[in-house]
Amino acid sequence: MYAFDIARPTTLDEAKAAIAAGGQALSGGQTLIPTLKARLAMPETLVSLHGIADLKGVSTDSAGRICVKGATVHRAVAEAVADSFPALSYLASRIGDPAVRNRGTIGGSVANNDPSACYPAAVLACDATVCTDRREIAADDYFQGMFTTALEEDEIVTEVKFPVPQAAAYEKFIQPASRFPLVAVFVARFADGVRVAITGASESGVFRWSAAEEALSANFTPDALDGLSVDADGMIGDLHGSKDYRAHLCGVMAKRAVARAV
Amino acid sequence: MKLTMKVNGREVTGEVEGRTLLVDFLRSDLRLTGTHVGCDTSQCGACTVHVNGELVKSCTMFAAEADGAEIATIEGAAAEDGTLSAIQQAFQDHHGLQCGYCTPGMVMTAASLLKENPKPTEHEVRQYLEGNICRCTGYHNIVKAIMAASGQEMPAMAAE
Amino acid sequence: MPKDSGIGASSKRREDIRFLTGTGKYTDDINIHGQLYVHFLRADVAHAKLNGVDTAEAAAMPGVVRIFTGADFEAVGSIPCGWQITDRHGQPMQEPRHPVLAHGKIRHVGEPVAAVVAETRAQARDAAEAIVLDYDELPAVVDMKAAVAEGATKVHDELTSNLCYDWGFVEENKAATDAAFEAAAHVTTLELVNNRLVANPMEPRVAVGEYDRADDMHTLHTTSQNPHVIRLLMGAFVLGIPEHKLRVVAPDVGGGFGTKIFHYQEEAFCTFAAKALNRPVKWTSTRSEAFMSDAHGRDHVSKIQLALDADNNFTAIRTETYANMGAYLSTFAPSVPTWLHGTLMAGNYKTPLVYVNVKAVFTNTVPVDAYRGAGRPEATYQLERVIDMAARELGVDPVALRRQNYITQFPYATPVAVEYDTGDYNATMDKLTEIADFAGFDARRKESEARGKLRGLGVNSYIEACGIAPSNLVGQLGARAGLYDAATVRVNATGSISVMVGAHSHGQGHETSFPQVISEMIGIPEDQIDIVHGDTSKIPFGMGTYGSRSLAVCGSAMVRAAEKVINKAKKIAAHLLEASEGDIELKDGTFSVAGTDKSVAWGDVTLAAYVPHNYPLTDIEPGLEETAFYDPANFTYPAGAYACEVELDPETGHVKIERFSAADDFGNVINPMIVSGQVHGGIAQGIGQALLENCAYDADGQLISASYMDYAMPRADDLPFYSVDHSCQTPCTHNPLGVKGCGEAGAIGSPPSVVNAVIDAIQSGGMNVAHIDMPLTPSRVWAAMHAARTDAA
Repeated sequence: MYAFDIARPTTLDEAKAAIAAGGQALSGGQTLIPTLKARLAMPETLVSLHGIADLKGVSTDSAGRICVKGATVHRAVAEAVADSFPALSYLASRIGDPAVRNRGTIGGSVANNDPSACYPAAVLACDATVCTDRREIAADDYFQGMFTTALEEDEIVTEVKFPVPQAAAYEKFIQPASRFPLVAVFVARFADGVRVAITGASESGVFRWSAAEEALSANFTPDALDGLSVDADGMIGDLHGSKDYRAHLCGVMAKRAVARAV
Repeated sequence: MKLTMKVNGREVTGEVEGRTLLVDFLRSDLRLTGTHVGCDTSQCGACTVHVNGELVKSCTMFAAEADGAEIATIEGAAAEDGTLSAIQQAFQDHHGLQCGYCTPGMVMTAASLLKENPKPTEHEVRQYLEGNICRCTGYHNIVKAIMAASGQEMPAMAAE
Repeated sequence: MPKDSGIGASSKRREDIRFLTGTGKYTDDINIHGQLYVHFLRADVAHAKLNGVDTAEAAAMPGVVRIFTGADFEAVGSIPCGWQITDRHGQPMQEPRHPVLAHGKIRHVGEPVAAVVAETRAQARDAAEAIVLDYDELPAVVDMKAAVAEGATKVHDELTSNLCYDWGFVEENKAATDAAFEAAAHVTTLELVNNRLVANPMEPRVAVGEYDRADDMHTLHTTSQNPHVIRLLMGAFVLGIPEHKLRVVAPDVGGGFGTKIFHYQEEAFCTFAAKALNRPVKWTSTRSEAFMSDAHGRDHVSKIQLALDADNNFTAIRTETYANMGAYLSTFAPSVPTWLHGTLMAGNYKTPLVYVNVKAVFTNTVPVDAYRGAGRPEATYQLERVIDMAARELGVDPVALRRQNYITQFPYATPVAVEYDTGDYNATMDKLTEIADFAGFDARRKESEARGKLRGLGVNSYIEACGIAPSNLVGQLGARAGLYDAATVRVNATGSISVMVGAHSHGQGHETSFPQVISEMIGIPEDQIDIVHGDTSKIPFGMGTYGSRSLAVCGSAMVRAAEKVINKAKKIAAHLLEASEGDIELKDGTFSVAGTDKSVAWGDVTLAAYVPHNYPLTDIEPGLEETAFYDPANFTYPAGAYACEVELDPETGHVKIERFSAADDFGNVINPMIVSGQVHGGIAQGIGQALLENCAYDADGQLISASYMDYAMPRADDLPFYSVDHSCQTPCTHNPLGVKGCGEAGAIGSPPSVVNAVIDAIQSGGMNVAHIDMPLTPSRVWAAMHAARTDAA
C-alpha cells in the first residue's frame, strides 16, 4: 500500500468535510483494502465511515420500505430483515464469508458496483432508492455499468431504501475461487409487476432482464421463462465460464429464483 | 498515529501509520505471531481474529480502525495455566491440523461459530469455514473437531 | 484393542500444542535486530530483451540501502538443477543458466529483475516502483507444441531450440510396442491435459539471510522441506560457501507439497545481500508473488494408447507427453516427467510392453517442478482414464477389466525398469468395494435421478514409487546427488533421547510418529524421546522430506542408529549384569539376562554410559550416541484403489462430490491417525485438481489465475467426509519398518476416479461424452453436455 492517513469521523458532516478535502471514503474495506494492497489506488486520506453511528442500522419507513443505512454490515442486515424481507436477508447472509460479513457494508458494495457483487441485484430488482449525502437516486438511474454509478466523486451512500416485494428470491451460482456470483438472479414480484436483476454475468454490470420480467409479470411461474434466453453477446467470458455458459445460467438461476419465490 | 486497544485482556498502545493493517500491528508491534498472513485478497482466513467479539480478517482492517477495540487472538484462547480450550483440545484430539499455519484462524472461526450456533450441522460447519482455507487436512478432521467440540455425535462417515 | 503407544498407536500430535496456541515459530516470525527488507521488482511481461535497469531515482528514496540488479550477480553461479536427463539419442538435456536476478533477458512474468533493500518493507516496495526498466518485448512462448515448432521464438537464445529433451523409455521397447499395437484386437486412444497447478502451501515462502563477519558465518532461515539440500545447492553451486560456513535453518514450515523442496533465487539473494550489506536481510513473499515465483506443478499434455487382445488383456501401452518446464529448470524439474512418471506407466497391470515418450519444453512461464505426487499423478491419470475409456468402449465393467489385468505375483519386474517388491491389488479393490458401498450405488443413483440429478461412480487403482530413492539407481538415471538419509540417536545420561533426523516435518507429524518407533524399540515412553530437525547445524545430514520418503528412508536410518545404540547398551548391560552379551534381552525398557531374574533398567545403563565408574572402558567408549545413514535398496510401492461418487446438476454442470473412498496399502503403519490425515489432505488436493484448480496463462504469457480470486482452492464446503482405510498391508520387504509412505497417495489416486465418475454420470444421462479435461468446472461440464445434446438432436 502507498502511505495515507486515516480519518475517523463520528458524524456524517465530519465525514463530508474530510471527503470534500480530498479524502476517499472507506466503508467496510473488504474490497478497497485488497485493492490498496495491490497498489491500484493511491488515496491521500481514507475517511472511515465505520464510527458514524448515524450511518448504521435498519428501519422501516412510513411507506413500508426497508431502509438500510450505508455503513450497516452484511451480517446486521441479514439478522434485521430475516422476517421482514427473507430474500434480502438470505442475500446478505451469503456474501463473502462470516468475517467479511462482519465488516463489509451495503454502502461500500453499492458504491463500488463490482459487476459480480450481490447487493446490486437486490437494489435493482426491488427498484430501491439509493440515498446519498445530497440526493436520492432511483436504482434504474444509479447503476451505469461495471464499477460505474451515478455517484459523484465525493458522494457518500447514506442509505438504501427497499420497497418490500410480495414475493422475492435470490439465486446465486458462485465462481468457485472468489465465491462472488458467476451468475446470480434476484427476482422480485410487486403488485405492479415483476422485476428481474442479474449480477455477475454481464460486461455492463448488473442488468434487468426485461423479457423475463414481462413473462413473469403475466405468469409468475418458472415455466413462464421457457423459451426465453439472454443474449450471450455482452456476457462476461473468462476462465470460470464462457459467455454462452453465463447466458445459459441466467435462465437457470432465474427459474430457480422464481421457483423459490413462488 | 497513536492507538490503544485491549488485546487478549491486556491494554496495549502503539504508534502506527494509516496503512498499517491490524495483522501487522499484532505481529510486528505486539509480536503476537500466532496470527498469520496467507494471502493478500482476504480469502484464506489465516489472519482471523475477534474484534469486539466478532470474527474479522485482521489483514482486511486497518490498525487505526481498531483503536479502542477489544481484540482476541489465538494467544489468548487457552486458559492462563495453558489448559487448551475445548475447541483447541478437539483439534488435537481429532488431528484437525497438520502444518499449523491456518490453525489459528480456524480455531478463532470455530469459536465464533459455536458461540452463534452451539450445535451446528456438518453443512453449517462447512459453510461457516468458507473464508478459511486449509491446504493440509482436506477439512475432514477440522469439521470433525468442531463438531466434537460442540458435543455432538459424529456422522458415521466422519468416525473414520 | 488399538495400542495406546508405540508402533500402530494413534498417538496425539505433540507439535499441535504450539500450533494451537499461536506459539509455533515460522520463518516470518523470525526478526533479527538490525534486519533490512528486500522487495523484488518482478517482470510484468513474459518475454523481453532487457536493455537496462535504471535505479538512480529509486536509490535516492527514503530508507533505501542498496538496489541490486542482474549485473551484481554475473560472477555468481546459476541456480542449479539437480538432475541430468539423457535423451533418446544419448545426448544430455539442454540446460540454460538460471540467474539470481534477470540479466539481459526477461523470461517469465514474475521473474525477479531488481532487488531493493531498505529499512522497512514499505520503503523497499515504494522505491521499487521508481525503478525504470528499459526492455524490448519479444513474442511470448506459451503453448508447448508451438514452442517446439520450426521457427519458434527461443526462450533461451543460447540453446538450439525450446526442446529441453526428447526422452524415450524404454527406447529398446519401442519397436515391439508398436508391433503390439498393430496386432491388437482393440486400441483405445485418449488425448488429455494434466492441468497446471500451484501448490499453495498456506505459508508463503520467506527467507532471512544473516552474516557474522567475525567468523565468516552465513545463516539462512528459510521455508524449506530440506535445509541440507539448500545448503548443498546454494553453497556449492551458487554462492561458493563451504558447508561449515553456511547454516540453513528451516523452522516450523507451513506446508510444502513439493514447492518448498527447491532452491530459489530469493534464498540465494538474502544470503548474498546479508554479507554484502553486513546486515540481516529478510524477504516475505506475498501470495500474489507466490503465484508467480513458487514453482508450479503438473502441466502435461499427453496422448495415451492402450492395446488389448481379444480377451481384453492389456498387451501394450504407448504414451507421448509434452511436459512444460517453464522458463528455467527448477531443482527436480527434468526428473518429474521422466523417472517419476515413465517408471510408473505400467501401473498395477501386467501389460508386457510399455513405451513412454516425453518432450520437455521451455516456455515463458514460471518454472514447473514437483508437486505432491510429481509425475506419478500424471502417469496414474493417463492410465486410469484410458482403462476406463476402454471399458466403456468394450462394454465391460471397469473394475473387472482392472482386476483381470492386475499384477498378482511379486516381486514383479515391470517393462519400465522398476521391480515391485510386494502388493495385493485385489485386496484393496475388495476393501474399496466394501467401504464405497458399490452395492448401494444403484439405489443412490435412482434417488438422485428422482431429484433431477445425475449420479456417477468412478473407480481407479494407483501405484506409486516412494521412499525416494536408491542412490546407485538414481545416479544412473541422472540424479546429481544421493537420496539416502541420516539420523543420530543421542541417548542422554538419564535415558531420555534426542533424535536428530534429516527429514523435515512441515505437517507430517514426525515429532510424534518418529518417537513412536524408538519407544517401541526400547520400551520407554514416547515422551522420553524428542525429534530435532530442520537445522543443518544440529543434525548430521539429510535429503529432506518429499516423495513420501521420510519414514521409509529417514525412519530407516533412525532405526539403524537405534539398533546401534541398543547393541552398545546391551554390551554395557552385560557388563553391569555380569552376563554374556548374547544373553541380554531388551524389553519394556529393561535389560535382562535370558532365563534369569537378573535385570537392569534402561536408565541405569544409560547413566553408566555417561558416568562410567563401573564400565567396560577397555572394550567400549563411554557415551551413548550413534549415527546411521540409510540408502534404500529399492523404491517402495504404495498402491490402492479409490472410488468417487458424484452428483451432477445437468442444468448447471455443477459437480458435487457425494462420497469419496480410499483403500490404501501402505505396508506397516506407525500412526494410523496421522496416515489417515495425510490421505485426507491428498484427496482434497486431487479433487481440487480434478474440479477446481487451474493455473492459466493467456497467449501473452500473463498469468490469469494469479490470486485466490481466480485460482480456486478447495474449501470445506466443496468436499465431503472421506472414507479411508489402510488395513490392507503388504509390508515393504526391504526396509526395516516395512513401511511404504503415505504422503502423496491421496493426490495421485484421486483425480482419475473423480473424472471417471463425472463421465459415468453424464453417460447415465444418455449423453455421449467420452472425456473432459481437468478441471471439470461447471462451465466445461455444461459445454460438453450441451455439445453432446446438440449433436444428438
